[in-house]
Amino acid sequence: MTEMNNVKEIDKGFEKFSIKKFLISHSVTILFVIVCLIGVKLSKLPLFFIASELLTRMTRNSFLVLSLIIPVLAGMGLNFGITIGAMAGQIAIIAVTHWGITGIKGFLLCVILSAPMAILFGNLTGKLLNKTKGQEMIASMIAGFFANGIYQFIFLFLIGTFIPMKDPVMVLSSGIGIRNTIDLSRNVGIKYALDNMVKLPVFYVLLAGTILFILSYTLFRFYKIKNSNKNSKFFTATYISKMIFCIMIILICCVLLFNKDIPNNIKMLTKIKLPIVTCLVVGALCLFNVLIVKTKLGQDFRTVGQDKHIAKVSGINVDKVRVIAITISTLLAAWGQLIFLQNIGTLNTYGSHVQIATFSIAALLIGGASVSRATIGQALLGTILFHTLFIVSPKAGKNLFGDAQIGEFFRAFVAYGVIGLSLGLHAWKKRMQLKK
Amino acid sequence: MSEAVRRFTNKFGLPRLIISSFFIFLFIVALLLKLPIYSLISDTIRRFGMYGILVLAMVPAIQSGIGPNFALPLGIICGLLGGLISIELGLTGAGSFFAGLFISLPFAIIVGWVYGILLNKIKGSEMLVATYTGFSVVFFMSIMWILLPFKHPEMVWPIGQGLRVTIALDSTFGEILNNFLLFHIGGIKVPTGLLLFFFACCFIVWLFSRSKMGVAMKAAGDNPKFAAASGINVDNCRIIGTILSTVLGAVGILVYAQSYGFIQLYQAPLMMAFPAVAAILIGGASASKAKISHVILGVFLFQGLLTVALPVANEIVREGNLSEVLRMIVQNGIILYALTKVGGEN
Repeated sequence: MTEMNNVKEIDKGFEKFSIKKFLISHSVTILFVIVCLIGVKLSKLPLFFIASELLTRMTRNSFLVLSLIIPVLAGMGLNFGITIGAMAGQIAIIAVTHWGITGIKGFLLCVILSAPMAILFGNLTGKLLNKTKGQEMIASMIAGFFANGIYQFIFLFLIGTFIPMKDPVMVLSSGIGIRNTIDLSRNVGIKYALDNMVKLPVFYVLLAGTILFILSYTLFRFYKIKNSNKNSKFFTATYISKMIFCIMIILICCVLLFNKDIPNNIKMLTKIKLPIVTCLVVGALCLFNVLIVKTKLGQDFRTVGQDKHIAKVSGINVDKVRVIAITISTLLAAWGQLIFLQNIGTLNTYGSHVQIATFSIAALLIGGASVSRATIGQALLGTILFHTLFIVSPKAGKNLFGDAQIGEFFRAFVAYGVIGLSLGLHAWKKRMQLKK
Repeated sequence: MSEAVRRFTNKFGLPRLIISSFFIFLFIVALLLKLPIYSLISDTIRRFGMYGILVLAMVPAIQSGIGPNFALPLGIICGLLGGLISIELGLTGAGSFFAGLFISLPFAIIVGWVYGILLNKIKGSEMLVATYTGFSVVFFMSIMWILLPFKHPEMVWPIGQGLRVTIALDSTFGEILNNFLLFHIGGIKVPTGLLLFFFACCFIVWLFSRSKMGVAMKAAGDNPKFAAASGINVDNCRIIGTILSTVLGAVGILVYAQSYGFIQLYQAPLMMAFPAVAAILIGGASASKAKISHVILGVFLFQGLLTVALPVANEIVREGNLSEVLRMIVQNGIILYALTKVGGEN
């Protein structure tokens, strides 16, 4: 009898993890892994180039992608309005560059300056989205366009006329309006303010990080099991698989670092350096996203996200919670844009913020997220895949068709297509559920 | 008195009131600045006809219940394809324009049909999905403009491969409609052909909405449940609305191109849906109700505003493109306003 039960349970386990289901629910991600691999092969770019470029782009963009998660939790879908947050960041950068404060001091001042603006903008966006319930995503997108108009109005026409500003470097020669591009390089701005603080070779960091993880995780489990009354096992499947994974990383690192016989082009990989501080900041945001779910506010987000009506009945101020979610997202987007721009090194006054929502959302969706569910892992994986495509597609297009432009178009086609397709699939699934 | 005023503003709509008074204000400023009023009026009329049919394409979409057609680029691309094939065939003059129209029709019908089926599967999030479908198709076709085997020397780059970004229509169908029965009233140019064509399209759409199918479509859009109960196939009606809207988009872009004198490829159609949506909303339509009168009023107000704003702005601030910024603020502000009126599921 017990045997029978066991068999049934195993069957259930198999049902939970059936390959077909896995393939269907992760189709977008799997498709992207394949497209990326083909792209890497076609582009014939050296592995070193792709890896180092990818690492830069990861540290540059993941903060922005992660800023999208909280509104998803609160059931508001993907926040296409992070553009507005990015504008707050850029306003702060323009001010700080004008005052001539450079380096990390300037960066920190940007962080402080952009916060109140982003909170104000987020608040307003939240209020707007409360008036357009059910259409939040398109409303936030149009709100981004609208804000872009006002932003342009301020920086093209009010600077120099209503807002006194005399700075021959930044203001156009006529004295009205900010220049199209503002240089943020080392001596005049905040370029690499965060990235260049501490830089270490990536594989040493990986090696140390993994060993640290093994130690801390083992200790944590040890501590937990000792304190729990139930006699649960120490060596569970998840624990062992995690450990095996870690040991594999350690082995790869060791081979790369200490073996002198491997070919030179792979050996080059060990020279890639990792901006530690930026990584720590991104890590802190991940931790924040995990921890906020455990607070009262985080639980409110989830309740509102699952069912507005029930949330209201159980005494949650739904509108207020939604405003808070968007405000946090906007604030994070402002800071994300600061990280993005300090790495890029030039502020394109009227263009830097335009595309970020599209690209961040595409990245998140490629990672396997949907309108109603997004995790940190999906965000990071999506950023990797999306940016791999970004790096290889112009070269792949050139090699395949003899025209780099085709790769660029393909990239944009994919970014928009993925967003359209994922949102469409989500809407379709929701309708199917409603019909049932 | 105040009651009457309120009733009037309610009926006329606050945004329309603001835009109209702003338009009139700009016009007075233009008069005071002694700008060439006649050319401004001629320009307004020309742009009115030029954008009119693209805005008209919103009507069947809204009436059938799919909301403003943010996927207008789909129709636009079909129109461009028709125009290009017509040029490729070596046609000139009025023949090339009408050939372009007829060639684009089958493309537009098929695309509209497929797109309508897709929209039926995603009821409730049409606007957002439509926007991104439109965007991605524009980029897909950008690849195609490079790869498609067009040969006509006026369309392809002399060196390299692919079609030019802008193709001049001087030798083919440029200003064919504009110059048809063109006459002047004291300095004001009236492009009779263009206006006639636009009003004819309006009339056809109006006739269609009076037909049995049109009435069914409207009913399906107004109240899908009630329509289904009275035996109307709501999904079919929505597909017909989408097809009609796509076809009008295709016709609209050809009219636009001939009036403009150029065909623009690549990213040009990307953002074209937004001004059209804004125009019909300014005209008094909502995301669920639209009439021909909304189109005519809306496109006149919106395009008139932009035409007059440009020289006035240039007179006041010489640097930068204030008119473009103004367009962005007005256009997106109007769409946002309309969205707040739709929303509110609780």
